[in-house]
Amino acid sequence: MRQSVVLEDIRAKIAQIEGVGARHDVIPFGIDDLDSRIPARGIATGALHELAGSPELADDASATIFLAGILARSDGPVFWCLRWRDLFAPALHLAGLHPDRLIHVEAGSDTNVLLAMEECLRHPGLAGVVGEVKKYSTTASKRLQLAAEASGVPAFIFRRACKAGEPAEGSAALTRWRITASPTEDLGIPAIGRARWRVALERARGGNPYNWIVEGCDATGRIALPAALVDRPAAQEDAQAAA
Amino acid sequence: MLGIQTGMTITKARAFAPELDVVDAEPEADLDGLRRLALWAGARYSPVVAPDPPDGLWLDITGCAAIFSSERALLKDLHRRVAAFGLSLQIAVADTAGCAHAAARHVPAGRPVTVEPGAHRKAIALLPVSALRLPSADVEGLRKLGFERIEQLIGSPRGPLAKRFGRELHRRLDQALGTLPEPIEPLFPEELPQARRGFMEPLATADALAQVIGDLAHDIAGQLNRAGTGARRLDCYFHRVDGQTQATRVGTASPSRDPRHLAKLLAARIESIDPGLGIEAMTLVAALAERQPGSQADALENIGRRGPDLPALVDTLANRFGQRALQRAAPRPSAMPERSVAALPALAPETGESWSDWPRPSRMLARPEPVDVVALLPDDAPRFFIWRRKRYRVTQGDGPERLQGEWWREGGIEGETHLTVRDYYQVETETGGRYWLFRLGDGVNPATGSMRWFIHGAFA
Repeated sequence: MRQSVVLEDIRAKIAQIEGVGARHDVIPFGIDDLDSRIPARGIATGALHELAGSPELADDASATIFLAGILARSDGPVFWCLRWRDLFAPALHLAGLHPDRLIHVEAGSDTNVLLAMEECLRHPGLAGVVGEVKKYSTTASKRLQLAAEASGVPAFIFRRACKAGEPAEGSAALTRWRITASPTEDLGIPAIGRARWRVALERARGGNPYNWIVEGCDATGRIALPAALVDRPAAQEDAQAAA
Repeated sequence: MLGIQTGMTITKARAFAPELDVVDAEPEADLDGLRRLALWAGARYSPVVAPDPPDGLWLDITGCAAIFSSERALLKDLHRRVAAFGLSLQIAVADTAGCAHAAARHVPAGRPVTVEPGAHRKAIALLPVSALRLPSADVEGLRKLGFERIEQLIGSPRGPLAKRFGRELHRRLDQALGTLPEPIEPLFPEELPQARRGFMEPLATADALAQVIGDLAHDIAGQLNRAGTGARRLDCYFHRVDGQTQATRVGTASPSRDPRHLAKLLAARIESIDPGLGIEAMTLVAALAERQPGSQADALENIGRRGPDLPALVDTLANRFGQRALQRAAPRPSAMPERSVAALPALAPETGESWSDWPRPSRMLARPEPVDVVALLPDDAPRFFIWRRKRYRVTQGDGPERLQGEWWREGGIEGETHLTVRDYYQVETETGGRYWLFRLGDGVNPATGSMRWFIHGAFA
């Protein structure tokens, strides 16, 4: 009995240290297969998330829209801090993020981007704060995580042109994602259909890495599982269960 | 020009040019004009501006260049605007006021002269002794003794010279060299809302300054509230014990009289202030105020507000990174994609407008880059392209989407004309990456473009 009280106490303390105590909302993807594998069952607000594409411009472009889709599904203004502007607002609008909600902060350097992010994160009520950097330190990630926790605003670090094999520095981010483009099926006509991405959850605090092939955002920022693939993982699990 | 020089008598001048128009000097009116010019420059360039009669203007532009992106840009803007008033001017920038004064009057460059930081000693050494702001009798006397350039003065013993010319000579020399401070007493209109605090003991710590800033902000907020206005720009002057005045300027995106907000903006600037031996007084001036109707929020400011305090956040960021760094995008009617996005101030009223639903890339290249392409004519999507020395095999494509040049503007990114035609294609490579390529020209009329291929961005 005594032991369980002690354990409870320790658990509460750990929760407090990990910042789990301050519960914030979650932005779910609305796809069970994704949400169920993320410990928070979606993108937790009031936390730092890390996101990368690859040195390929098309992969960074995919990660951009993946992020725009998440932000499109929440309310309030979004601050997007970058070093220089190569972001094209009409495309974000196509993913459901209206230009009236989006404020660009052209900060000029990685250090300034992080500074601007931290300032933004002190203001509760924002839908999200995005910072595009090339590199950032563990200390910076801790500061951002603490600021996000205090205000309940989701923070996103978008590591631009980040190589896949690059050993990541320790980060206080709750989740780390990598979005890359994935080939779509040939429609047989001179047209291209909905984009397809490989979404990899490379790291999740309290969860396991996983990856999915998804279809790109629709006009409301929702991603979807490709129809042909929906059944496949389940079938594999069945096969495993039978074996 | 005609041989007429300053200091000549009218009769002598008339001998050179009989048709000469003579206008009486009006020193009072000149001084008044100079004051008005100083106030104008004070509103536009720097909080510390003072007239330097009879014909000069001091501007302390320390830390002010950021608003114009660079010191060069600031000088260019100043030169252009003052010249547009119909005045002839010579601008000089230097570490010390004395050096700038000398350079402006003795380096006839016709464009702004900048003495690089740390180089003022070298620059001043080369100038004639008349550049030191000395009475003309002293200059004449020095010349008789063989002193032509200031470097000779720097090198010679001080005692004998001081005996003959008084202490003024070395005071001016030391001011020009920066070993003696030369404060610029800033000029600002008396009628502006302002608050001032003097201290019994000089202050030097950031905490103490922040405390005073809070008090001053409170005072000025009261004045603004009575006047029914809100501050758009605040200048804070720190009067140091040694007579120097340091100043900092902050701006707001929308009129504000919230003392906490104003104090926070100013407090962020304390680190840029060098207190020296201490600060004995501080003045806060609302240099620019706009009408701000009263709102209930003023009365209820202590009650927790709902929603983010956007103006406060935008101001904090804008004062750090510049107003232009914060933007919102809005549609602009233009056929060419790179011109279809207008930049609005971050706090502009919501437009509610957006772009059409044509697919557009999320990452655009600043300039379209030429690519080598293999494509079937006349209008098949590319099969293959090389960009930045990397080969991309195309598996699927969609297009063309034809965009016509705008007849009302020419030039643009690749010397486009009103006939320019761009045929855009979305292509997917074998790894799934999607890119936006275009071909210049319609393939029939050579005036529409060279048929070269470019890449313009990447899709999701």
